[in-house]
Amino acid sequence: MSHKINAHNVNVFYGEKQAIRNVSIDVDQEDVTAFIGPSGCGKSTFLRTLNRMNDTVASARVEGDIRLDGEDIYSKDMDVVQLRARVGMVFQKPNPFPKSIYENVAYGPRIHGLASGKAELDTIVEQSLTRAGLWSEVKDRLSDSGTALSGGQQQRLCIARAIAVDPEVILMDEPCSALDPIATARIEELIHDLRGRYAIVIVTHNMQQAARVSQKTAFFHLGELVEYGDTNDIFTNPREQRTTDYITGRYG
Amino acid sequence: MSVGALFFVVIVLGLIGWFVGRARAIALRSSRTGRFSALPGHHGWFVALWTTLPPLLFLAIWFFVSPAMVTDAVIATPQAASLPPTGFERSAILSEARNLARGEAFGAFHDLSEVLAPAYAAAQRRFDWIATALAAILAFAGFAFSYLRVRPQFGARTAVERIVMLLLLGASLIAILTTFGIVASLLFESARFFSIVPLIDFLFGTHWSPQVIDPRDPGANLGAVPLFWGTFFIGAVIAMLVAIPFGLMSAIYLTQYAKLSTRRWIKPLLEVLAGVPTVVYGYFAALTVAPAVRDFAVMIGIRWASSESALAAGLVMGVMIIPFVSSIADDSLAAVPSSMRDGSLAMGATPSETIRKVLVPAALPGIVGGVLLAVSRAIGETMIVVMAASGVATLTLNPFASTTTVTKQIVDLLTGEAEFDSAKTLAAFALGLTLFVITLLLNIVALIVVKRYREAYD
Ligand SMILES: Nc1ncnc2c1ncn2[C@@H]1O[C@H](COP(=O)(O)OP(=O)(O)OP(=O)(O)O)[C@@H](O)[C@H]1O
Ligand SMILES: [Mg+2]
Repeated sequence: MSHKINAHNVNVFYGEKQAIRNVSIDVDQEDVTAFIGPSGCGKSTFLRTLNRMNDTVASARVEGDIRLDGEDIYSKDMDVVQLRARVGMVFQKPNPFPKSIYENVAYGPRIHGLASGKAELDTIVEQSLTRAGLWSEVKDRLSDSGTALSGGQQQRLCIARAIAVDPEVILMDEPCSALDPIATARIEELIHDLRGRYAIVIVTHNMQQAARVSQKTAFFHLGELVEYGDTNDIFTNPREQRTTDYITGRYG
Repeated sequence: MSVGALFFVVIVLGLIGWFVGRARAIALRSSRTGRFSALPGHHGWFVALWTTLPPLLFLAIWFFVSPAMVTDAVIATPQAASLPPTGFERSAILSEARNLARGEAFGAFHDLSEVLAPAYAAAQRRFDWIATALAAILAFAGFAFSYLRVRPQFGARTAVERIVMLLLLGASLIAILTTFGIVASLLFESARFFSIVPLIDFLFGTHWSPQVIDPRDPGANLGAVPLFWGTFFIGAVIAMLVAIPFGLMSAIYLTQYAKLSTRRWIKPLLEVLAGVPTVVYGYFAALTVAPAVRDFAVMIGIRWASSESALAAGLVMGVMIIPFVSSIADDSLAAVPSSMRDGSLAMGATPSETIRKVLVPAALPGIVGGVLLAVSRAIGETMIVVMAASGVATLTLNPFASTTTVTKQIVDLLTGEAEFDSAKTLAAFALGLTLFVITLLLNIVALIVVKRYREAYD
């Protein structure tokens, strides 16, 4: 089976400090992949190498080989703008733009020229909001500010915004950590629905969440990838002692 | 004694009070044991403050009210009976007499002044004595009151603290009170102006030439519209056309593109630009930019270009305002959470798209507030227009034509030979009041806008 993303021997440095050591991982198109591990172990850092968001950090340096559909994303020929359109991202804290709900979702299609007219743009907006499970709640108030929504709605708006450019991969960095249990459950449901259409990588601190939403789990510790495999195996039958310790809550 | 001499005497008394109070506290201390709520020094300060503050307060008030009281006393003398009843001459004679009495002048234009001078001197002496006596009584009363309260158990420390707090409060009120004073005097003089010239004529009249004023219709030549138009044209249109784009672009470069090391030397450099005295900008405008603008206008075939064009003054004023706009835009852009920027970049937007479509709109209220403040500064700016703008009020849209501004007219009206009762001179106050009201409103609106915006992100 072909992998959507192949990362091979990835090292990431912030200045002199190494944050990721020799990580190799393959992400499948059909799966939701969860990254777990104690705080500061480099989950976000690694996630951000996958859409080159680390480029925005002046001190960050990435080594190794990361391929999207076999294409080296760190090669000179790779257009970062196109890459990020293909690999969308949802952040820990909902960050809708201070614009209307409609404009938030239309933002990506507009800058990438995905719609050839108002009608088509409307369709994209409706479709994206529907897929993000937000349409029924906001369809009558599309011109309200995106920042006026509740935290959970804002996060689904951000997911809709990411979906709107029709990406191939969606990266989510602790998308529920700022949300209450009900809003969290809705996002998890949503991830479940989106599975298959998009390859999804999610960083989470919540073991149950990783177990619930993912098929593959990667456990990071101190910048290293300790263990990577089927979520079931990781949680029921880990090979490494460090994994056992972490998922049973002995440290973290 | 004069007020100035009394001031020093009071200070010396305070010093003595400090030593006496402290000495008493020490003496009381040695005769008792146990805890004391204040150090001897606090008692010293307590006595010193009580000895000096009442007479100083009295002297401050006296300084303002006594001249009028002296003058009233002189007017009450029989010699003053032959003074002209009202008007300019009456006050001229009185002020001549005062100068003679003080030895500041040695001859007088009016004979009556010489007659009144001795009366003036006598009155002055009498009032100086009254002041000395009252100040001495107050100083002594304060001293006695505080000296008697020096006891071991008296909390001089907290008492001093309270007095200091009141002093600081007073200091912070000075600026506010002064502003009220300014407004009051502006209002007073403007009211006199508007008793001569109808408000409507002034606010809506389109003809301004105060050199010739027809006493039967003084409003005809005192229509301020051309002045306000010129002010608006130079300060809010031309200057902002320069300051907004350049200020904004420099802020964008500094917050989004510049490396930290670059930012570290460009930002102070811009701030230095804000410290250049406006008079320097003024002669740059008058001597360098204005001729260049005229030559340029002639080159492109405009024949009626003025060498005191609105464009020259506006351009230089705009440059002067750049650092101001830049610094406020910089703050507003920096206040936009970095998650907005990341969110946009992660969508595949380029940095410049991110700036145009997300960061600037998000920072817009702050930027608009800053621009309003900049406008209010530009329209109040005086030196550049005094030096580079013309004195002729024209209602024009042509940037190469000469225009004048409110501030320039105020300066022109108040310098040179001015009679202090004429509509012409009083017009300066009416102009000042109107300008004051406009800039005040601009500042209030700007502050509200900026505050709203702060709340949105905090
Ligand atoms: N911009 C940066 N500059 C320098 N060091 C950084 C930067 N971002 C992260 N780091 C360092 O890299 C390491 C990994 O950080 P990262 O944010 O990837 O951890 P994480 O696993 O996502 O943690 P958390 O679960 O708390 O989000 C940490 O030691 C952190 O201090
Ligand atoms: Mg993280």
